[in-house]
Amino acid sequence: MSPALMRVLWVVVLLSAVRGAPLGTVTPPPVILEPVPSVPVPSEPVRVDSGADQNISIPIHTEQQQQQQQQQQVALDVDVMLTGELNPNHYPARRAAQVVLHHLNTRYGSPYWWGALRQVHKATAEALGDSGRKYSLEVTLQDQISGTKETCTAEVVFPGGPAGGPPQVTTSYEGKSEINTQAQEEALYNQYNTSQNLLSGHNLPDSYGHVAPGMEPFWHLGGVASSFVMLKESSENTLYNMAQVVSVTQLATENNQLRFNYDVLLHEMVSQEIIHWKLLASWSPQEGVKASQMELLPKCHHCEPPQEH
Amino acid sequence: MMLASLVGMLLLQMGAATRAIHDYNVYHPYTEIDSWMTGILIDNPDIVSIERYGQTYEKRDINLLRIGERTGAMKKVVWMDCGIHAREWISPAFCQYFIKQILQEYRVHGSRMAAMMKEMDFYVTPVLNVDGYIYSWLNGTRLWRKNRSPGTGSCSCYGTDLNRNFNVTWGTIGVSTNCCSETYGGTAALSSPEAASVTRYLEQRKADVLLFLTIHSYGQLILVPYGNPNLTAPNYGQLMKVGLAAAAEMKKVHGMSYRVGTSPDILYPNSGSSRDWARLAGIPYSFTFELRDNGSFGFELPEDQIQPACEEAYSGAMHIINHVHREQFNGSSSTAAAVSVATASLLGALLATCVTVANNAF
Repeated sequence: MSPALMRVLWVVVLLSAVRGAPLGTVTPPPVILEPVPSVPVPSEPVRVDSGADQNISIPIHTEQQQQQQQQQQVALDVDVMLTGELNPNHYPARRAAQVVLHHLNTRYGSPYWWGALRQVHKATAEALGDSGRKYSLEVTLQDQISGTKETCTAEVVFPGGPAGGPPQVTTSYEGKSEINTQAQEEALYNQYNTSQNLLSGHNLPDSYGHVAPGMEPFWHLGGVASSFVMLKESSENTLYNMAQVVSVTQLATENNQLRFNYDVLLHEMVSQEIIHWKLLASWSPQEGVKASQMELLPKCHHCEPPQEH
Repeated sequence: MMLASLVGMLLLQMGAATRAIHDYNVYHPYTEIDSWMTGILIDNPDIVSIERYGQTYEKRDINLLRIGERTGAMKKVVWMDCGIHAREWISPAFCQYFIKQILQEYRVHGSRMAAMMKEMDFYVTPVLNVDGYIYSWLNGTRLWRKNRSPGTGSCSCYGTDLNRNFNVTWGTIGVSTNCCSETYGGTAALSSPEAASVTRYLEQRKADVLLFLTIHSYGQLILVPYGNPNLTAPNYGQLMKVGLAAAAEMKKVHGMSYRVGTSPDILYPNSGSSRDWARLAGIPYSFTFELRDNGSFGFELPEDQIQPACEEAYSGAMHIINHVHREQFNGSSSTAAAVSVATASLLGALLATCVTVANNAF
């Protein structure tokens, strides 16, 4: 047998002795981007800290606490954000896509149309210098009520600088392809466009996920109106959903708009906080949904019910 | 003696008959889950035992159901815990469903589950954060997340986020030092009795644990270690492969998509999670399941979705369980098997060449 062949055989014998998982670390498959990122530390929404702390006495006077605050802040400033082509399943694209959904809900939402994000197909991000960062996306959204899906492209600009401000969104979406919500909307509008028996409800959905019969349109309306808040509160470090309508109370119709005071709980995924907002929602089939008088309520730390054992 | 045991058996049977059938399609308060666990034990005394392995802050028992044939030897373990975050009600619902399902399958003669229960034990904790879960059933606190330990020092809020309290890169990222925050990591790693119970119990047994599954909601995700982006699991590739295959199985059930990846990639970076602790402790397969939905109902998933959510989660969990079982007991994993086959055929081909050359040489 030739020496070369012997060598090959030895290599094969040695290779066949290797079993199991490879030793050492395996780096995750690289995302196409520049530069190599460090993942941004999710910040708690600033509003939560300032709003939530109103009822708590946590005097930030000790040096240690001050240092801790500064350290968290330092971590945020040093982070480098991704640019270029993004993995559509990773969180930066998903968070930007969620902003698109909130924008679409403010434009097209109604008691019978409430969009949700179904899939992100493509996403890229670019830095705009002082102006902030821009995401270009292709997403599929789905109406939560009828289940119909639509795909569209969108651009989201998260403004830069200390002033910040809400993200700006443009999309290729041209409006709901099915018009048959119109009949339902008009029926609902006519039903509630009276000053008798103003509607009121609470806990939509309840603890068990149930929405009281006949209240679904007002749950949807609450979700759509909440998108106005969630849109303006969104950043690259947040992902908002509405957790629950705590209460809805109809007010007298004004300027042909049905009006409702809403008390809602929003869930911010990155901080896992439940954030309490009040808002006034007005709606008509012609004008769509508008939200105003949006007010953040402080996290109530001392409203602890008696313990049950 | 005979009479006493006969009477005992009769009483047990009567108990079983009069006990209401447990409805797996509704959410149950903790007292009902506790009674149900006792019922499972009574109905399956041959393969079920209950182990109390810790106490919550408010001094409630933390129990697991140990399910498997008693062989006398220490067996390999599949660990599942539910209800580490109080408001994620679909999670304890899934543990109940899972237990019902594996017991049902076990009783089918010659089934795969029957074979697996000879070789493995399932350790399932239906509710880990008992205090928090009970608190989430009170009026006005449905969306509670943490445990119920009180704040310390000048901070008066309750609760430590149990899934930020484990001792893996504790307190480094994705966690808050503010005790009023939902992601408050505690005063120190394992400061919560609930997290400490898990680590204390599994430290002694970790060499035998094949799989660690921790069940959460919502988001429809399968998360692999680690939550800290500076740590990479040595078998990341394998974890992703198995996770992606599990997600593919889940999609077949009701068409729901589950994304798979590390938390820093697909959700957010975090530290001190139980999944990370398990992987770092040497448990080779460790996953977080985030169940339905994607935010429409969020934590308040309707009861009519409990069954479909559990069915798809079960198929995903079982895919992973079948994989780890196969890898452990049926010789080797498919990759290693392929390597062996390839090597064997290469060796064979070379030997054939050798013989031919030798024949030609002589």
